[in-house]
Amino acid sequence: MAGNNMLKQTPSQTVGPYFAYGLTPTQYGYSQLDSLVAPATPEEDTPGERITVIGQVLDGAGKPVDDAMIEIWQADAEGRYAHPSDPRGSNSPFQGFGRCGTGPDPMNRFRFDTIKPGAVEDGHAPHIAVLVFMRGMLLHAYTRLYFSDERDANAKDPVLSAVPADRRDTLIAQREETPSGTVYRFDIRMQGDKETVFFDV
Amino acid sequence: MNDITPFTSRDWDSQPNYIDSGYKSTTLRGPTQPLVKIPTTLTEVTGPVFTPARATDLDADLTRNGRVNGEPLGERIIVTGRVLDEMGRPVRNSLVEVWQANSTGRYVHKVDQHDAPLDPNFYGAGRCATDENGVYRFKTIKPGAYPWGNHFNAWRPNHIHFSLFGAGIASRLVTQMYFPGDPLIPLDPIAQATPGEPLERLISKFSLDVTEEGYALGYVFDIVLRGPNATPMED
Repeated sequence: MAGNNMLKQTPSQTVGPYFAYGLTPTQYGYSQLDSLVAPATPEEDTPGERITVIGQVLDGAGKPVDDAMIEIWQADAEGRYAHPSDPRGSNSPFQGFGRCGTGPDPMNRFRFDTIKPGAVEDGHAPHIAVLVFMRGMLLHAYTRLYFSDERDANAKDPVLSAVPADRRDTLIAQREETPSGTVYRFDIRMQGDKETVFFDV
Repeated sequence: MNDITPFTSRDWDSQPNYIDSGYKSTTLRGPTQPLVKIPTTLTEVTGPVFTPARATDLDADLTRNGRVNGEPLGERIIVTGRVLDEMGRPVRNSLVEVWQANSTGRYVHKVDQHDAPLDPNFYGAGRCATDENGVYRFKTIKPGAYPWGNHFNAWRPNHIHFSLFGAGIASRLVTQMYFPGDPLIPLDPIAQATPGEPLERLISKFSLDVTEEGYALGYVFDIVLRGPNATPMED
């Protein structure tokens, strides 16, 4: 437990306006460095339902932020994380991590082509962890995306249950069937009446 | 599901506020509602695993990875340090990403319009993996200071941006490294977002041991991340 001899955390600082050529170079068209992380994560043979997660980051004036970077972390279709702390491991090459900047899209949307995760454990609803970085944020924000077609599971989820009932909707991505596939819309509102719930984890 | 070891908490004495009156862009961008405290689940204590081989030696040498027809201009430096958790355990085989301005204070980024020259032989971004002792090491060019629009005559101190992962997504950290003795640090609202002793942790230390004879000055920047709140198991 916390002792006096513990080291002290390095403070967080803003990602600033110029992260893209280092962190998301391929998406932004910088050819000198290849991105380690792509916004689209599944391989052709990754099991699971193909979905697209799309949304904007809106500032306190309701304006879409054009220099945000979103990262996602999620389980595979069977609810397993590709990480040694998940004793079940993952049966697929699916890594579960994605990164996308909001600069290139004409509407400043982020977009992830991924698979719908399974529930990680009984009584928990499927979800995707979402990290929000941008100029003007000294510390990234952490939230979760839940799915609008998982109403029963969402009602039981212990994390959603920790959120005041009138704010839970900010975490529910709305499912839409489009000609190009299943899309979940997830806008992130930094401020205002519908400010997204952010977590202290 | 087996027992989950929660991570050490975010230390709010070490971390900045979302809204900071000195840093104007935070006003419309920082969350205003209190963060909701949630129980730790497997989601937070897991995170992306990168194979160290995915970052090449060239990726860690910013004096070479942007060369077109010659050497980049500016002062060559070596930046190295250890990535540890709060218990002092090394964070092994973990991705470290960096990006920075060139020696004139100009970023390659298309949005940067500062009237200082780009260097055709300097790109300004790189990455490496920590080793078994949590050590990372970059060669680069000392970044220049540059103006920004926060207030009249505002200049950012020389700095290098760092991105780190650690043991799980809850230990994710993006930060900036500064240089000792920089007169702009006391004037910079971003550096001053965590004033006093926490800011000292963001300032690298000059090291004659890391300095290479006849080649480059050395700076040490150690980084401490959150991690499992448990006594380490010997493996």
